[in-house]
Amino acid sequence: MKYLYLLWSNLKRKKMRTTLTLLSIMVAFLLFGYLGAIKQAFSQGIDVAGLDRLIVRHKVSIIQLLPEAYESRIEKIEGVEDAVHQTWFGGVYQKPSNFFAQMPVKPEEYLKMYPEFVLSDEERNAWLNTRSGAVVGRGIADRFGWKLGDRIPINATIWSRKGGERTWEFDLVGIYDGAEKGTDTSQFLFRYDFFNESRQFGEGLVGWYTVRISDPDRAAITAELIDAEFANSPNETKAEPEGAFLQGFANQIGDIGFIMMSIIVAVFFTILLVAGNTMAYAVRERTNELALLKAIGFTDRGVLALVLGESFVLTLLGGGLGLALAWLLVSLGDPSGGSLPVFFIPYSDLAVGIALIAIMAFIAGILPALQAQRLQIADALRR
Amino acid sequence: MTESSRSLVSVKNVDKVFKRGSEEIHVLGGLDLDIPEGEFLALMGPSGSGKSTLLNLIGGLDRPSQGSVEVGGERIDQLSNRRLAAWRARHVGLVFQFYNLMPVLTAQKNVELPLLLTHLSRAERKKRAAIALDIVGLSNRNNHYPRTLSGGEQQRVGIARSIVTDPTLLLCDEPTGDLDRKSGDEILDLLQALNREQGKTIVMVTHDIHAAARATRTLYLNKGRLTTEPEE
Ligand SMILES: Nc1ncnc2c1ncn2[C@@H]1O[C@H](COP(=O)(O)OP(=O)(O)OP(=O)(O)O)[C@@H](O)[C@H]1O
Ligand SMILES: [Mg+2]
Repeated sequence: MKYLYLLWSNLKRKKMRTTLTLLSIMVAFLLFGYLGAIKQAFSQGIDVAGLDRLIVRHKVSIIQLLPEAYESRIEKIEGVEDAVHQTWFGGVYQKPSNFFAQMPVKPEEYLKMYPEFVLSDEERNAWLNTRSGAVVGRGIADRFGWKLGDRIPINATIWSRKGGERTWEFDLVGIYDGAEKGTDTSQFLFRYDFFNESRQFGEGLVGWYTVRISDPDRAAITAELIDAEFANSPNETKAEPEGAFLQGFANQIGDIGFIMMSIIVAVFFTILLVAGNTMAYAVRERTNELALLKAIGFTDRGVLALVLGESFVLTLLGGGLGLALAWLLVSLGDPSGGSLPVFFIPYSDLAVGIALIAIMAFIAGILPALQAQRLQIADALRR
Repeated sequence: MTESSRSLVSVKNVDKVFKRGSEEIHVLGGLDLDIPEGEFLALMGPSGSGKSTLLNLIGGLDRPSQGSVEVGGERIDQLSNRRLAAWRARHVGLVFQFYNLMPVLTAQKNVELPLLLTHLSRAERKKRAAIALDIVGLSNRNNHYPRTLSGGEQQRVGIARSIVTDPTLLLCDEPTGDLDRKSGDEILDLLQALNREQGKTIVMVTHDIHAAARATRTLYLNKGRLTTEPEE
């Protein structure tokens, strides 16, 4: 610790250079942290997808609807515990950029299927007693400043009401919280019975089913059994694990993860050159001083440690600031203004970030440090 | 005190050869030197004669190609790099022509530098550095950076740094070489006082006859050997 002062003094020597290096390292880690949150948002759900849940959709595409009557047929299949349906409503709240998912569901069954959506008993009862009642996630409630009792108008883009009316009004009766950090709290849920009776067309048709199975190890077999049940019918199905379903959904947006990884690798490589350059200069300019340290009794290894330490202080400071800033920015909200289902930096990314700081400090500092270690005192003092 | 058996430093039959590419430069050849404890020895000789080289050997900054260097009864030429570094920290104080201070550290912190290698507490380090700065007459300059000090003052910081660990041996390579007469004289007064009042053994390389006159003995290095008289 007593050497920290020495390390710090050395970094202060060329203030401009140190500042610029610090800033570049900071930006790299800021980018790393922020992109990490975005990547997490896109792959959201995959990590937290229930292993014991399958999604059953129309074989042709997710847009094709399935009969409501499939529910009881699916529930009779061996290995299936429960099935609930959901339908994409696709309405607009105020303006199209206020994007979030709205879905008519059967309240009790849905909440049972998704225990990660935490709702109080009073709110649950209120929902059961209010036909036009809606329950939303904490995330969008905060985003739009909704409170219980609010009347929320949604303009249908697909599902007009009987008589052609496009505006649906819902009474906000509940706000659910996520049981985990990764839980999607951007959903807008309302009652299927209300929806089914009020819609102009498509009565009895639903979007897709979520199916709970009794044995995750037999997921593939159960999925086959489900698809076989509806084979050769007008509405054939495709059943797959929830994780795979969400992954496929994410892949449609492109391999975001890969693109971000490429950006980050390029940025880090550049920053490594910057930091390495700074450290190389730091040693070359100070040959004389390093020789002096050795002359007064610092060991070769001690001098090596000093130079490496300087690299660590530099990278730790820049990287730490970058990650902290990323954390701050991410906590201020997502860049789309709330369309992302979740927005946070996963702890695993933070851990990777810290490891990257250490690796970068080592790579940037090791060559100059070895050079400093090898300095011959008598030789170097003459320069 | 002057007999060789009581020598603090004993250099025996030392050769020093530098290799520069394929070329070999023989700087010292069969050199012998005994320095009794408490002596203030001046080393003179033409430029390139090997004065600094010899000083480096005595201070454990370099190793002889041949022969032995014994200080305080210890064969320092046989110590490992690691132990030699520890030995330097404990026994040697170095003063350079161009002071070799750390520009980023204050006078106080420069003087404290050798104490970082000891187990002394922060407060104790601070205290000792203050005492050393007081001895060299710079107690009012503790928080000045080297660039704000005159050459003579910087050299006094250098001397404070060299004595702060209370070393056995003080090695000075042209300590007044970069100073005007007056500042140089003050430095020499200081070295002389350290020798007389604190009994420090000092070896000083110099080109200056007046400086050498302050020493208790002067030796001349020429063609790899030491003599008591300058060559014509
Ligand atoms: N590390 C080294 N590598 C190669 N040659 C060296 C090295 N150190 C010293 N020399 C050579 O050894 C000779 C003696 O050098 P040294 O510095 O000891 O002389 P000096 O008497 O101190 O000279 P000056 O009075 O100019 O300081 C010179 O010719 C020098 O070039
Ligand atoms: Mg010299």
